[in-house]
Amino acid sequence: MKHSFEDHTSTIPAVQEIPATPAAPRRMTLNMGPQHPSTHGVLRIVLELEGETIISAAPDIGFLHTGIEKEFEQKNWQQAVTLTDRVDYLANLSNNLVYALAVEKLLQIEIPPRAQWTRVMMTELSRLNSHLVWLGTHALDIGAMTMFFYCFREREDILRIFEMFSGQRMMTSYIRIGGLALEPPRGWQQVVGKFIKAFPSKVDEYEELLNANPIWTRRTKGVGFISLEDMLDLGVTGPMLRGAGLNWDIRKSEPYSSYEKFDFKVPVETTNDVWSRYRVRIQEMRESAKIITQALEGMPDGPWQADAPHVVLPEREKMKTQMEALIYHFKIVTEGFRVPAGEAYQCIEAPRGEIGYYVVSDGTSKPYRVHMRTPSFGNLQGLPKMLEGIMIADSIAALGSMDFVLGDTDR
Amino acid sequence: MTHPAILETKEAFGETTLIADPARIVDLCRHLKDSEKYIRLSGITAVDLHPSEPRFEVIYHLHSLDLNKRLRLKCRLSGAQPEIDSATGVWRSANWYEREVFDMFGITFRNHPNLVRILMPIDWEGHPLRKDYPVHGYKYSYPSE
Repeated sequence: MKHSFEDHTSTIPAVQEIPATPAAPRRMTLNMGPQHPSTHGVLRIVLELEGETIISAAPDIGFLHTGIEKEFEQKNWQQAVTLTDRVDYLANLSNNLVYALAVEKLLQIEIPPRAQWTRVMMTELSRLNSHLVWLGTHALDIGAMTMFFYCFREREDILRIFEMFSGQRMMTSYIRIGGLALEPPRGWQQVVGKFIKAFPSKVDEYEELLNANPIWTRRTKGVGFISLEDMLDLGVTGPMLRGAGLNWDIRKSEPYSSYEKFDFKVPVETTNDVWSRYRVRIQEMRESAKIITQALEGMPDGPWQADAPHVVLPEREKMKTQMEALIYHFKIVTEGFRVPAGEAYQCIEAPRGEIGYYVVSDGTSKPYRVHMRTPSFGNLQGLPKMLEGIMIADSIAALGSMDFVLGDTDR
Repeated sequence: MTHPAILETKEAFGETTLIADPARIVDLCRHLKDSEKYIRLSGITAVDLHPSEPRFEVIYHLHSLDLNKRLRLKCRLSGAQPEIDSATGVWRSANWYEREVFDMFGITFRNHPNLVRILMPIDWEGHPLRKDYPVHGYKYSYPSE
């Protein structure tokens, strides 16, 4: 079936580019967004068209700017964790983690292995969550509607796991400075185990639906090319680079939160188009599932919070029986803890690429400055280059392959 | 690493910070990119130290894929007329990063191809991340109904 379709369509000649002349102006400016379904948020792009070919694209961002960086300076260190959720609402645990790591760097506290492993497991679940939303909505844009329902079915399971751990489905704030917000709930092994055992077969289902789908392959293969040099120069990170043959993953190159103890591969594809980015993310889902399985099987015992009474809240029991614990509790709740003056930059590999938090402390109980280097902001800078010269119908596929979140871009 | 624009080198938490001379920042950036392999610019941001002087710090986070190393450049600018040369000629990614810093802190980047606000509305007054900017914004007078 596939071959006959390919043969038939390959006989259709490509659209000829017609140069614009003053006598025959063929250019037009098209406004796309900010309320366009395939921009997945409020992104406006001004497209300069010649016929159906995009000559130039100018993204206009900022519609979702909520002043999170300013808000950080008003909250105390621990309260500010809740803001990190709202930056990238599909990878909230990654944002929790990078903020916690940056502040822990300044505080110089050691996180016990059990908390580290739980952090790894939770961020990998959040990577699955993010990739599933990406795959479902991206396929929906290109015309494979069924994918959306398949992906959101598994996403629902992940959100239930998040709810079980933290009490929240999306704005989890589960990873806190000094450890975790709560002890992992009783019986989590069964729930996560059941999900992760079934998950690889679900990925097989997605691939079955898409890999041989002639519409999917023709709309993704060879579409949305942007050279690796351009991407590096323009600040693009994450699966986009790995889809262009660069083997760079911060989990491997600068391991954090004991990622060095996990065995996983970094999937790399070389064709550098929408298809290769799809392949990279699908394989990343399989690798994440492996990491979660390893975390599940090898989860160390022990405390889930750091031994730092000036930072983490004491146990309820101790608080009611020990004077010192009560004092610490009172101090942390009323004024927060102080972080030694200094600055730190921490980056992690989020589902979309490099998230980096630059945290400055002046020694008080509130952050002096927190800057978020978000992957969507960097990635969107590569968009004009990627859209240049392609057909307008392909722009939807190209946009989707970038996997940006506008909350992450505008902050 | 030696370059005439480097005034001071600091090490903390395994991170290297170079305090650089703002007048020769582009020179230094080009040197770091071409000779020291820092081909990626991870981000540019600023810190407002109001009311002390020099008021602003412009911070560049560089990354080298080959060496697997990160580097922080820091330039101190006076609050009276904060201006620095644009690094867009060295890394194209500086374009949006510098626009964001301009938008949020009001620091001007000379020779920037398109220095306009990026996150705030184009006709916005003030620069929100300055320390003297109130968190709820300036008071608005709403027309009575």
